[in-house]
Amino acid sequence: MGTVSMETKKRMHPHKFTLWVAIGSLLMMFAGLTSAFIVKSNQVSWKPVALPNIFWVSTAVIVISSITIQLALRSFKQREMSKYRTLVATTLVLGIAFIILQWMGFNALWDQKITFKGAGAGQFLYVIFGLHALHVIGGIIALLVMFIKAFMGSTKTYSSVPIEVAATYWHFVDLLWIYLVVFFLIVGA
Amino acid sequence: MSEALHVHPGTTALPDVHHDEHHHAHHKETFISKYVFSMDHKTIGKQFLITGIVWAIIGGLFSVLFRLQLGYPDQSFPILETVFGKGAKGGQITPEFYYALVTMHGTVLVFFVLTAGLSGTFANLLIPLQIGARDMASPMLNMLSYWFFFLASIVMLSSLFIQTGPAAGGWTMYPPLSALRQAGDGSKLGTDLWLVSMALFIVSSLLGGLNYISTILNLRTKGMSMTRLPLPIWAMFFTAVLGVLSFPVLLSGAILLLFDRNLGTSFFLSDIVVNGEILPNEGGSAILFQHLFWFLGHPEVYIILLPAMGMVSEILSVNSRKPIFGYMAMLGSLFAICILAFLVWAHHMFVTGLNPFLGSVFVLLTLLIAVPSAIKVFNWLTTLWRGNIRFTPATLFAVGFVSLFISGGLTGIFLGNSTIDIHLHDTMFVVAHFHIVMGVASFFGMFAGVYHWFPKMFGRYLNSTLGYIHFWVTMIGAYLIFWPMHYQGLAGTPRRYLDKRGWSSFNGFPELDKMITIVSIIVFAVQLMFVFNFFYSIFKGRKVTNPNPWGANTLEWTTPIQPGHGNWEGEIPEVYRWPYDYAKDGRDFIPQTEPVGENESKH
Repeated sequence: MGTVSMETKKRMHPHKFTLWVAIGSLLMMFAGLTSAFIVKSNQVSWKPVALPNIFWVSTAVIVISSITIQLALRSFKQREMSKYRTLVATTLVLGIAFIILQWMGFNALWDQKITFKGAGAGQFLYVIFGLHALHVIGGIIALLVMFIKAFMGSTKTYSSVPIEVAATYWHFVDLLWIYLVVFFLIVGA
Repeated sequence: MSEALHVHPGTTALPDVHHDEHHHAHHKETFISKYVFSMDHKTIGKQFLITGIVWAIIGGLFSVLFRLQLGYPDQSFPILETVFGKGAKGGQITPEFYYALVTMHGTVLVFFVLTAGLSGTFANLLIPLQIGARDMASPMLNMLSYWFFFLASIVMLSSLFIQTGPAAGGWTMYPPLSALRQAGDGSKLGTDLWLVSMALFIVSSLLGGLNYISTILNLRTKGMSMTRLPLPIWAMFFTAVLGVLSFPVLLSGAILLLFDRNLGTSFFLSDIVVNGEILPNEGGSAILFQHLFWFLGHPEVYIILLPAMGMVSEILSVNSRKPIFGYMAMLGSLFAICILAFLVWAHHMFVTGLNPFLGSVFVLLTLLIAVPSAIKVFNWLTTLWRGNIRFTPATLFAVGFVSLFISGGLTGIFLGNSTIDIHLHDTMFVVAHFHIVMGVASFFGMFAGVYHWFPKMFGRYLNSTLGYIHFWVTMIGAYLIFWPMHYQGLAGTPRRYLDKRGWSSFNGFPELDKMITIVSIIVFAVQLMFVFNFFYSIFKGRKVTNPNPWGANTLEWTTPIQPGHGNWEGEIPEVYRWPYDYAKDGRDFIPQTEPVGENESKH
C-alpha cells in the first residue's frame, strides 16, 4: 500500500473534490435566492431592512470559528491530539453559539414587526439566513461526529482527509455568511 | 464500505482512496446488503431502472386514460370511475381532475422516469464499468442518492391517494395557482406533497451528480485519458454538471413557494382577488418563479436528452462496426449544448411580458443550439453511412432516436422564434414538439440502452422478436400520435383543454383526436409487452455465454459476464487506445485494453 501511495500522482482526493463540486452547487442555490432578492427589490411596496446589531456578533463568532478549525487542522497534522480535540471543541461551541445568535437576531427582527406579512427584504432575510443556518447545523453535526471519533475511536486514523473536508466546508459557510451580510448591507438597505 | 477494492501497482493512476476502505473480499453478503441497501453501483443502477419502470407505467397509464376522454369527450367510461373515483364521476373525467392527471403525467415522466430512471440507471451502471473503476467515488452517497429518490417517490405516490388529490398546477407549478390553497383542490395538500417530494428528489439528484462528476474525473484507470473516454461517459459528465448547477436553483424556488403557501409571505403573490376576497399579499412577482423554474427547467431538457445522445453514439458505432465519426466534434457539441442550456431559459417565457429586446437575445441563443445539434445528427448519420450495420433492437432504437431528434428539433426552430411563438405558444404544437424531441426521443435512447446493456446487467438477453415488435409499433405509433398534433396546434387548438366541443374555432378535429387516442392505447400496450420482456428475460432469457456479445471495445465487456462488487476479478485493465477502433487495419474491432501495435496505422 505504501509504495502505491508514493507512486500516486499528486491529485486531489475524490472526497475533497466532491466537496468542491457540492460547494459550487450550494452557491447556485444562494445565487438563485439573492438574484430573486434583486429582482423583487424593484417591485412595488418593497421595504428595506436594517440588520440588527446582533448579527455583527454572530459574524465575529463565525470568523473566529473559522480560525479555530484551521488551527485544529494544523494540530491534527502535527499529531498534537489533545490540542486538536480542544480546538475542535472550541469550534463546535462557537458554531452552536452562532446558531443561537442567529436565533436571537431573528427574534430582534420579529420584535421590530418585520414578519412574514407584507413584502420586503425581511422575508428574504428569514429564508436566506435560515437556509445558511441549516448549512451551519450540518457542519456542526459533521464536527460532532469527528469530535466523538477523536475520543472514542478504537482505530487510530492518520488520514487528515476528513478534517480537511470539514474545515473546507466550515470556511465555506463562513465566507458564505460574509457574502450574505455584505449583500444585505448593500442591496437590502 | 465497499468490498474487494484491491490496489495493485498496475493501477497507480488511482489515488489512494481505498486506504480507509476495508478489505473483505470474501465477505458473505446478506439479501439486504446485496439487493436492498446495496452500495454496488450496478445494483443501484438496476434499482433506479426498476423504480423508473414502475413510474413509467403509472405516468403512461395516466396519459392513456385522459387521452380516452380527449378522444371521446361525449362518452363516459365506467373504467375511469373505477380507477379515479370521484375524479371521474359518472365515468367522465372532471376538468379539475384532468389538470391533476396532466400535472402528474408531466412530473412523473420528466423527473421520475427520464431524469432518475434514465441518467440514474445508466450513469450508475456505465461510469465505473467504462472508465475502469471498482465503484463510485463514494458508494455511500450513491446509495443515499437512490434512497432519497425512493423517499421522493413514496411522497409523490402518496399524493395520488389523498382526498383532495395530487397537485394540479401543471408540472411547472406556476404561482399563483400553486401558491393559493383557495385556487382548487389540487392546490391544497397535493401541492405541499409535490414540493416536499421534489425537494427530496433534488437532494437525490445532487448526491448522484456529485458522485458522477467526482468519479469520472478522479477514478479513471491507467491510460484512460479524458479523450479516451467512451461518449456515454462524456454525456453523463455534462448531464451531471447541468444537474448540479441547475437543480439548486429550483430548490430555492420551491422553498420560497413553500413559504408563500404556508407562512403568508408574498414572494410570488401580488394583488389577487379570489371569489371576491381580496388577499393581503402585495409586491410579489409571479414571473420571478418562472425565471427560477426555467433556469432549471431548460437545462433539465438536456439532463434528459444528453445521456440518450451519449448512449446512442456508442450503440451506433458498435453496431455499424465503424468508428464514431467526429469524436472531438461530438465532445465539442456536447460542451456547447451544456453551455447554451443555461442561456436560453427565457424562451419558455416569450409571452409573459418579457422585454422584446431581451426576447430577441434569447431567440438568437436558442437558435444557436441548432448548430451543435446539427453537428451531432451529421455525425450519427456519417457513422451509419456505409457501415456494416447489425440491426439489433438496440440499433433500431438508436436510429429511431436520431429520426425523432431531427423531426422534433426542426419544430424547435419554429418555437424558438419569439414572433412565431406568439401564435404557437400554448397550442398542441408545443405539446407535439417537446414530446417528440425530449420525451419520445429520450425514451428511445433509454430503450436502446436497455437492449444493449441488458446482457451486462443480468447476464441474459432480452427477447429480440419482442424487441423488434416493440420498436416498430412504438416508432410508427409515436409519429402517428404526435405528428397530427402539429397541425392541430397550427390551426390554433390550445393545449390543456379537456373538451373542445364548445369552441367553433378549433373543434374541427374530433376524428383526429379519436385516432390519436386509439394509437396511444396500442403503443401503451406494447410498452407493457416490453415490461413483460424485461422481467421475463431477467429470469428466463437466453443466457449470455460470450463476455463480449456485441464485439465492443469498451471496458465493461472485459469484466466477467456477471461481475461481482468490484467489477474485475484481478487487476483493473489498463487502457491504450480510444474506444472506437472498429474496422481498423482489417480487424473487426480492437478493445481498448490492447496495446497499440508497432505497425498500426493512426486513426
